[in-house]
Amino acid sequence: MYEIMIKKLYRTFWFAILGELISGMYLTLKYMFKKPVTINYPFEKGPLSPRFRGEHALRRYASGEERCIACKLCEAVCPALAITIESEPRKDGSRRTTRYDIDMTKCIYCGLCEEACPVDAIVQGPNYEFAKETRPELLYDKEKLLENGDRWEAVLSKNLISDKKYR
Amino acid sequence: MTDVQLKNMTLNFGPQHPAAHGVLRLVLEMDGEVVERTDPHIGLLHRGTEKLIEHKTYMQAIPYFDRLDYVSPMCQEHAFVLSAEKLLNINVPIRAQYIRVLFDEITRILNHSLQIAAQGLDLGATTPFLWLFEEREKLMGFYEAVSGARLHAAYYRVGGVHQDLPDSLIDDIKEWLSGFDKIIEDIESLLTDNRIFKQRTVDVGIVSAEEALNWGFTGPMLRGSGIAWDLRKSQPYAVYDQLDFDIPTGVNGDCYDRYLLRIEEMRQSANIISQVLEKLPSGNVIIEDSRLNPPRRDEMKYSMEALINHFKLFTEGVRVPEGEVYTAVEAPKGEFGVYLVSDGSSKPYRCKIRAPGFPHLQGLDFMTKGHMLADLVACIATLDIVFGEIDR
Repeated sequence: MYEIMIKKLYRTFWFAILGELISGMYLTLKYMFKKPVTINYPFEKGPLSPRFRGEHALRRYASGEERCIACKLCEAVCPALAITIESEPRKDGSRRTTRYDIDMTKCIYCGLCEEACPVDAIVQGPNYEFAKETRPELLYDKEKLLENGDRWEAVLSKNLISDKKYR
Repeated sequence: MTDVQLKNMTLNFGPQHPAAHGVLRLVLEMDGEVVERTDPHIGLLHRGTEKLIEHKTYMQAIPYFDRLDYVSPMCQEHAFVLSAEKLLNINVPIRAQYIRVLFDEITRILNHSLQIAAQGLDLGATTPFLWLFEEREKLMGFYEAVSGARLHAAYYRVGGVHQDLPDSLIDDIKEWLSGFDKIIEDIESLLTDNRIFKQRTVDVGIVSAEEALNWGFTGPMLRGSGIAWDLRKSQPYAVYDQLDFDIPTGVNGDCYDRYLLRIEEMRQSANIISQVLEKLPSGNVIIEDSRLNPPRRDEMKYSMEALINHFKLFTEGVRVPEGEVYTAVEAPKGEFGVYLVSDGSSKPYRCKIRAPGFPHLQGLDFMTKGHMLADLVACIATLDIVFGEIDR
């Protein structure tokens, strides 16, 4: 009985002096002197795992020959129907694509194309900064994808190797 | 004395209102500042997911489940893969089941931290929002580490999960877990006793146990009214029956109780995560069956048969035996169910999705009747509605 009275009295006192508000403000004040967790984005970037699924790229073999053999597995598996492939036998008899388009506005970045590719040609790289000003710039063709591949090859092959045992 | 005929004012709330949590449009009948009737207009985010899935193989359908309730993606994938597994009548490797539970609970914390952050923000508290988003950032880092995407993971597969956990991830989660209790404590010290927060939530939007049952509420909306119903306990899936956790319940069924309940659920989830990390067995993360899952890449590059299976699975997909099945998981928002009908082909014949948010939104009318307009915002926040799943 006595204890309950004390508790009630304490709570009334705490309420009267704006206790919970002041203690809350004190807490936020303490946080103000903590090291900030934000990063200065365009200059600093957060970490990315090797599995990150960003902008697509078509890779080449070390000899410079393009990897894609136009099996159209990525086209078949793409849930968003973003990939369009046309192919013909090349002059030397090997089967290669004549057209490899990805509509980046349709793509849902699910990673199934990369998973399906039997020759590790189409991959989703670590680049996520490919915002464009117009829509047609996001309709990637083969040239653009191969260029991406050349540009990111160092990181792409490193990521594929580091993640190899899980695949 | 002349009789003055006053007509109630009809007020349009949303779909661009910042407190509407997405594209919610409410047509409100107002008597002064008191809400007389709430009429939700839905469908602004309708994408036809259920119909689209009928034209996708079981593997292709998985990314669609991330995009239903985009705040808790992995739980919904879980419901879908469970239903496909039930039709196929297969057993998932035990490690995969533990990984699924691990990520279900991470998802629950992701969802509840967004809900509490948004509720605080709607009621005028900005600081918890910033702190909880910092936590969400770390959790999405775990998502990214396993699946490659921060939100739309597409990580669960029929028969297991896509890839094993990276080596360092378990230590990272343990490290995060050690600091998480402190964050919840800090959030609680800002909100739980705060007089402004309590004035806005206590006795607002009361749902009695009977009403909750009659309107088909599930999840925190039902438990907030004092009914301890949780699918993880009542019909355990994955390995929930081997884990020790409590189901918190509310007493009054008001917004404040549901807030306290979600805080406690986050603590329980953190508890489950630590148990899973301790118990995590070794082994496969996906069922080893060449009819169901693509071969490992090394094998695919050297074995003709594996390559044939690889092509078959990525073009035609898995043929699922004829039948129909309903499976439900305890998603953070309530019972998320998938009713799947298979005609024996590699695509579902029909996929009905039971979204927990849909019945909750129906209850908004009786919850807000007689409340002020500002209390409506507190009710919307506590319903935890996400339009991806309601409109589907």
